[in-house]
Amino acid sequence: MTMQAFLHQVMAGLASGAIYAAVALALVMIFKATHQVNFAQGELAVFSTYVALSLIQRGLPYGAALAISLVVSFLAGVAIERVIMRPFKNAPEVTSVIVFIGLLVSINGLAGWKFTSSIQQFPSPFPDRAWYSSTYLSAHEAGTICVTLCVLGLVFAFFRFTRLGLAMRAAAENPRSSRLVGIRVGWMLALGWGLAAALGAVAGAMAAPSLGLEPNMMASVLLYAFAAALLGGIDNPWGAPIGGFLVGVFINLAGAYAVGEQLKLPLALAVIVGVLLFKPSGLFGRTIVVRV
Amino acid sequence: MTALLELRGVDASYGATAVLRGVSLTVEDGGMVALLGANGAGKTTTLRAICNMDIQTRGEIRFAGQRIDGVATERIVRRGIGHVPEGRGTFLGMTVEDNLRLGAYLRRDHAKVGADVERVFGYFPVLRQRLQQQAGTLSGGEQQMLAIARALMSRPRLLLLDEPSFGLAPIIVQDIFKILRAINHEEKMAMLVVEQNARLALDLVHHVFLLETGRVVASGSPPQIAADESVQRAYLGV
Repeated sequence: MTMQAFLHQVMAGLASGAIYAAVALALVMIFKATHQVNFAQGELAVFSTYVALSLIQRGLPYGAALAISLVVSFLAGVAIERVIMRPFKNAPEVTSVIVFIGLLVSINGLAGWKFTSSIQQFPSPFPDRAWYSSTYLSAHEAGTICVTLCVLGLVFAFFRFTRLGLAMRAAAENPRSSRLVGIRVGWMLALGWGLAAALGAVAGAMAAPSLGLEPNMMASVLLYAFAAALLGGIDNPWGAPIGGFLVGVFINLAGAYAVGEQLKLPLALAVIVGVLLFKPSGLFGRTIVVRV
Repeated sequence: MTALLELRGVDASYGATAVLRGVSLTVEDGGMVALLGANGAGKTTTLRAICNMDIQTRGEIRFAGQRIDGVATERIVRRGIGHVPEGRGTFLGMTVEDNLRLGAYLRRDHAKVGADVERVFGYFPVLRQRLQQQAGTLSGGEQQMLAIARALMSRPRLLLLDEPSFGLAPIIVQDIFKILRAINHEEKMAMLVVEQNARLALDLVHHVFLLETGRVVASGSPPQIAADESVQRAYLGV
């Protein structure tokens, strides 16, 4: 193993990790607000990517197509929460899991029916060459990392510095007290879904050029993102992206040097089981200190 | 004086469990009223009924002349009711500053919010030193102060307080009650205080309602209530 090949694997791992990071953050956002795991996050992202692709095929420039797909995804996320998830707000956990799985299967089927289920090429906004004649990164990989970091920065700034972001955090932490300060908690959950869907759309558009767009494109990505979210601490929005990059690099290195390409997915599953068994709060799981 | 808050024949239940039966009470504008009673009498439930928090009610609840029964909690709050709930309702994972910003969530006069932060620091100076601290790390007394401060940030006309003395050392309780009295006096803010500790409450308020198993069984000025023999036996330990 040469150093160069090793570094190349690390960088490629960071690039895939960027996508896991975005999806993991989307998962954590919904989990924080509802304590539910959105199993349909991947399918939603696929659907968003199809929307972008069909707009591009109609002649829209890439940027405009992506922007429209983000808005559509956001609205779809809001609508799914208000219309599909809301009635099951107080239902037992099993019910909501089944609803999520139903959502997953439906969106998956819908995507196959509406956009064909064969693999389609999806363009990258970045040039098709190495990044600044780097031997380690393609321009698309470097771009993916940059886009993810920018989006993460925006999301964190939103939650940290805006009034709406503060209200969304409050609604997630303590819905009852949030109502008492006048926050419309139901809408905050819906907005959270919208943001998560838009975040997934970014991840989908970044993943599609290398994975190829087909209805099941995000299935494995979602599993890696689960591993990432759990590793970072499913309760901690800062941990999710870090977990994403860690899982990306770890899985990629393991695939290249240890277990082989075929066993990468089972390895992600092993990470999930390992975290749940030995460190359920994840690496950065925050424990809130409480004095009484 | 006019009635700011008026409950008329209010029944309240959690699902099939009826808790309040025909409760009627009023809080005058600028008034200071205590709701006394034993554990389980329905004191907290009364406050929840006013704010429509996870509860079914029947009967009439009016605030500033308008019906608020059946209105969503966040809209009731918007009309000018601040509620310091049972258990204080602090956003424990957030900083003191964020808690105060949340208290001012509905305010549109952003320029005045800063002045109001200073105003609540005037009442609770310790919060200024704790501004960037996670609320969960505050002491019990500081958390109670933060809870009241948060409610004050919305500039309510009526403040509902659910057992502000709960779990606190007597000296801190005295402090907090002194501050409540000052706020009522200086800002003419009406208050409805739920208390287990009758002696404390009788010192604080202008009027008392006594609840027993979901009904109002007595009401009057503190001296009147204190003179009542059954009250003495049950709540004052005389």
